[in-house]
Amino acid sequence: MKRHLLSAGDLGKDDALLILDTAEELAQVADRSIKKLPTLRGRTVVNLFFEDSTRTRISFEAAAKRLSADVINFSAKGSSVSKGESLKDTALTLEAMGADGVVVRHNASGAPHRLANWVHGSVVNAGDGTHEHPTQALLDAFSMRRRLGNLEGRRVSIVGDILHSRVARSNVLLLHTLGAEVTVVAPPTLMPVAVDAWPCEVSYDLDAVIPKSDVVMMLRVQRERMNAAYFPTVREYSRRYGLNGDRMGRMPEDSIVMHPGPMNRGIEIAAEVADSQRSTIVEQVANGVTVRMAVLYLLLGGSESALGGAVPVPATASAAVSMERDA
Amino acid sequence: MVNAAPTPAQPSAAPGDGRHGGHDGGHKAVLEASDIRRALTRIAHEILERTKGGGDVVLVGVQTRGVTLARRLAERIGEVEGTSVPWGSLDVTMYRDDLRLKPARALGRTELPAGGIDGRVVVLVDDVLFSGRTVRAALDALSDLGRPRAVQLAILVDRGHRELPIRADYVGKNLPTSIRENVKVMLAEVDGHDAVLLGPAAASGPRHGGGVRTEVK
Repeated sequence: MKRHLLSAGDLGKDDALLILDTAEELAQVADRSIKKLPTLRGRTVVNLFFEDSTRTRISFEAAAKRLSADVINFSAKGSSVSKGESLKDTALTLEAMGADGVVVRHNASGAPHRLANWVHGSVVNAGDGTHEHPTQALLDAFSMRRRLGNLEGRRVSIVGDILHSRVARSNVLLLHTLGAEVTVVAPPTLMPVAVDAWPCEVSYDLDAVIPKSDVVMMLRVQRERMNAAYFPTVREYSRRYGLNGDRMGRMPEDSIVMHPGPMNRGIEIAAEVADSQRSTIVEQVANGVTVRMAVLYLLLGGSESALGGAVPVPATASAAVSMERDA
Repeated sequence: MVNAAPTPAQPSAAPGDGRHGGHDGGHKAVLEASDIRRALTRIAHEILERTKGGGDVVLVGVQTRGVTLARRLAERIGEVEGTSVPWGSLDVTMYRDDLRLKPARALGRTELPAGGIDGRVVVLVDDVLFSGRTVRAALDALSDLGRPRAVQLAILVDRGHRELPIRADYVGKNLPTSIRENVKVMLAEVDGHDAVLLGPAAASGPRHGGGVRTEVK
């Protein structure tokens, strides 16, 4: 039984499919006139955000509210954290308030793991530093499954700033578990040193990868994390690693373009691509609420978490361990 | 854990699946396939009679075996009256009052016919009526989906021991049982053959029996 969702690598195939199947059933709630289920009535979910985020926080808030949970939003700005309170003291405060679930976003990799040892509730990692963002990977997998069906054997290319991207890491782990073939594409300076240990292929040439990709996932150029010169100019990056209409034209039929948002239009993705039929970018946002509802329901809905009930899959577990080392 | 809850490995196994599993030892058939067929035919006639031709009826089966029964009833009504009655499925997992007693369960599908249920006469269909808690959850779920003109309840087996003020409008068979007994409904579409079995509560966790009253229907 897994009480927390800290890493996409913690999820076995059965768990991942349970979350995606649950989300599939919950998706129809969004189409009803009453978009609410009574399932988490009386449970408290705390959104603990130490880093700026709009869409993830709102998405978690909407998910918890649609399940009738009470939601407390806590952001580091204007809180006692800015007065120097430690993560542990913040955690103990939440504990005293009786939080059943804690959704945490932190700029330090591993903060949710620490937090999980201090609180009794379930901790959901909503992004920690450059480490992981498991619910983003789940919603990406969900979006792919809705467009393409089964992910077994599908070829997914993740393009851009792999080095700083928690989205890339979580996606590689989860998609590998689900049987997809993942290729990460980036300039050598934006590739993590230990990428060889990841369960994926590595390429430095976007044009070679494009024609054989069922999914092209573009990552944001994270200028706030780039305090060194990773590429000469934005224009050069855009020419070699940006997805423009010309490159999209060389993608296979029925293939899709994804982006976790927020986008830098004109840098990693051209406006005509972002607004095209292939783009799932708007769907991803809607699917985010649904998938997070599924995660909160499975973690908090019953007497104990419904995840990790089956025998863990050793292959993904060891992959997760090796990734944690280079985090 | 008393109930054999569906494992995450089988998300298709909707809530309550496994309740009819376990041993067949000591179970005797109280309804055979032909009895079930006759009971459903009678219920179909009763629905038509009570609703004056079934013009605005929507059959809604409660996952999982209620859905099978709803489909069969719709077919039966079609044969009798020559009209097609819309039918759908309802998963009440998120509305159950015993959610907190077990790990969260996989969800079944809720699918209503295109016309919805607003202003219609909804006939809820389920296999066994026991404590009435499933029906209560189903009523709550329905009210989130629309506003039916009326809701009626059709049940294959009423085994008594109600814990809520709920009764069925159409009953296939009234089956007096002991609280310690276990009622299993087997349907060809799910279990390979039709039968209603009555037997002592098995240790493997019958849903319709045993002393755990809070998690039964």
